Amino acid sequence: MSEEIRNQGQEAPKTKPRKILPKSRIMASEQLSQLYQDTLAAKGRGEKIGWSASIFPQEIAEALGLYIVYPENHAAGLAARHQAEPFLNDAEAGGYNMDICSYARINLAYMDSLTAPGNNMPKPDFVLCCNNICNQLTKWYENLAKKFNVPMFLIDTVYNYTPTASQEKVKYVRRQIDDLITGLEKICGRKLDPKKLEHVMKISLRNKDLWREANELLAHKPAPISGFELFNYMSCMVCCRGKESTTAILEQLIREIDANIKAGKSTFPVEEKYRIFWEGIACWPYLGHTLKTLRKYGVNLVATGYVNAWGLDYELNDLDGLARAYIDLPNNNNNLDTVVQRRVEAVKQFSCDGVIYHVNRSCKVMDCQQYELQRRVQEATGVPFTSFDGDQADFRAYSEAQYETRVQGLVELMEERKQRLAREKEAAK
Amino acid sequence: MTNLETILQQLEHTAMYPQRQFQSALASGKKVVGCFPVYTPEPLAYAAGFLPMGMWGGQVEPFRAKRYVPAFCCPIMQANLEYGLQDSYKGMSAVMIPTLCDTFRCITQNWKVGVENIPMLAVTYPQNKTDAGVEFFSSELAHIRGELEKISGQKVTETALSEAIQIYNEHSRVMMEFTQVANDHVDIIRPRVRHLIMKSAWFMDKQIHTTLMRVLIAELKKLPVYSGHEKRVLLTGILAEPLELYQIMEDNHMAVVADDLGQETRQYRNPIPDGTDGLQRLAAQWKNTVCSLAHSEEKERVSQMVALAKRTGTDGVIACMMKFCDPEEYDLPLIKAAMKEAGIPTLFQEIDLQVGSLAQAETRIQAFFEML
Repeated sequence: MSEEIRNQGQEAPKTKPRKILPKSRIMASEQLSQLYQDTLAAKGRGEKIGWSASIFPQEIAEALGLYIVYPENHAAGLAARHQAEPFLNDAEAGGYNMDICSYARINLAYMDSLTAPGNNMPKPDFVLCCNNICNQLTKWYENLAKKFNVPMFLIDTVYNYTPTASQEKVKYVRRQIDDLITGLEKICGRKLDPKKLEHVMKISLRNKDLWREANELLAHKPAPISGFELFNYMSCMVCCRGKESTTAILEQLIREIDANIKAGKSTFPVEEKYRIFWEGIACWPYLGHTLKTLRKYGVNLVATGYVNAWGLDYELNDLDGLARAYIDLPNNNNNLDTVVQRRVEAVKQFSCDGVIYHVNRSCKVMDCQQYELQRRVQEATGVPFTSFDGDQADFRAYSEAQYETRVQGLVELMEERKQRLAREKEAAK
Repeated sequence: MTNLETILQQLEHTAMYPQRQFQSALASGKKVVGCFPVYTPEPLAYAAGFLPMGMWGGQVEPFRAKRYVPAFCCPIMQANLEYGLQDSYKGMSAVMIPTLCDTFRCITQNWKVGVENIPMLAVTYPQNKTDAGVEFFSSELAHIRGELEKISGQKVTETALSEAIQIYNEHSRVMMEFTQVANDHVDIIRPRVRHLIMKSAWFMDKQIHTTLMRVLIAELKKLPVYSGHEKRVLLTGILAEPLELYQIMEDNHMAVVADDLGQETRQYRNPIPDGTDGLQRLAAQWKNTVCSLAHSEEKERVSQMVALAKRTGTDGVIACMMKFCDPEEYDLPLIKAAMKEAGIPTLFQEIDLQVGSLAQAETRIQAFFEML
């Protein structure tokens, strides 16, 4: 009653104007919802469905017409919508240590209930794991396979301590792909049609090129969009990179970015004073805070490790090439020299003024060689860096104050460097 | 001093002072290859004329290592890196680091950058233990063999490798026999002593260690079987150090009757199979390895542990959880559940190499004992 009296005579609170989303973004969102719905429907029809790791050779299952969902995407979605907490709590109550990857913890809790707000994944009939991004995936998927009592197909890409995969590694992974084909054929009861595989490979290669093209358009100065926006399209590459719907989305996205370039516009709402490279996975529970803090200082994120994260390149119908691509591509499966070289190239290509390193509590494979990476990239490019503590999906590992302070520090360093370079340029005239 | 006491003292001393063993090996002209946990192809290094020595960290404050790894990195890896960076391993011919977990992957790179004077040989173990996996691993081992030969200047002949495998297999057999004989004498082979005996193997030539262990076993067998009222515990994890932790178990009237520790029995329970090609034999051994670091869709480790607990009449399991060890962390909920079903209680005990305050561990183990 007292509330009602207090509010009398006051205007109703204004609702925040809804941001008009670009067409490509709506398409991406619809594509993802459709994937989850289609998978549930397939399960309902009695079809076999699978759960898969994000950089698994999806070409085979896609060509077999199997419905696949991706726990990493599912967990990231829950974290981004601030719905991960009960799952994290349940996993820890169930004995899973807080030290374990937060995507895994969320999913291992989801495994018990198969119920989450928003998108849902039905019980899998098989799980697809590729450890090219980390070894934790192997353990995580073992537990899924055990719990659901379903087959696990592991593509073990073994760590590349050499610059590129040896012939022996390629042969080993190729034979695993052959086993995968046989195993999935048995599960779905149909043979892999080489024509269909060729078609899926063709689409996947096209999507790979489009994704890279969209990312590389941010090399324009100033960048035509805010780099954070590209995070919204990651689901296309994680969950649907063998599908034509992704081709349509990325083509639309590129048209939109191109239009901005032609019009001299950008979706980055303030002056782009500084351009940065973001190392590591996004901090999904604090996506808004990480973005807004950068924006406040005129910092646009123009490049990330995701630029080439799905740059899986192979020749059509070449399964050895497919094997090699899945071994060689992910940074996490590669030695430090290779990662440094890739990062140095990116910092130069995108004219970055600084680098932000996300010390992601979930991801030891990224963190445990990151300090040396920081030093080497700075040494090679002269670009300053900062790092902050966070987590991809566990909100408890992030501090807004620390992030802001680190960004402030980086901005000072970037400004100092800019002025120094300007003075040197002037003196050279 | 009896024969038994003399041997026990020698083994304990070896385990307590690995650095002295290392220095003494170097002084005698031996070339040493450091072996990171948990598995490396030791017989290959042995056949190349090296003395393989274990590298299980130690109580060192990571200072230089902090330049390379965050605080939430495995304590053993931090300690090994620290020792490497502070030159404690000076004189070591090479180190072998298996890329069995995410942290290992990074440590290979940090070592390469930070400890330039000791060559690093990364060993990639396949996780699919199919024929293709064994074939790949044989080729990987051939590469390691080549690198070891370059460093030692000595060819690894098939005969030398076969002899090394025989030495390692015999050592494993004797160590497994010891784990059984020890259970009849838990008044002498108390937790601390048992651990030091197991650990001593990492810093001695396996032939010499085998000889000592044979005598030790023979001496134990001469004694009457002990029947006390100690609580029988099974330890699982990577390792159960610091040493003080074993003392706490002793103080609480516990006997370690079995272990599934990476540093201890996991090394010995899986002999190198017969065959004509040494590399293929080593590769085939990995195929049969059951461990948190070896992929198993069926989670064989869990069922094996339950069987081991039942076979040894275990009253309780102490899960020695190395801090930040994700491969172990994923297995723990399944182990706990399986043990619960078998009616065997499990204690979760966090492990850090730094002694710090062990008061909490003391309280927990004491409470666990009372519960048993």
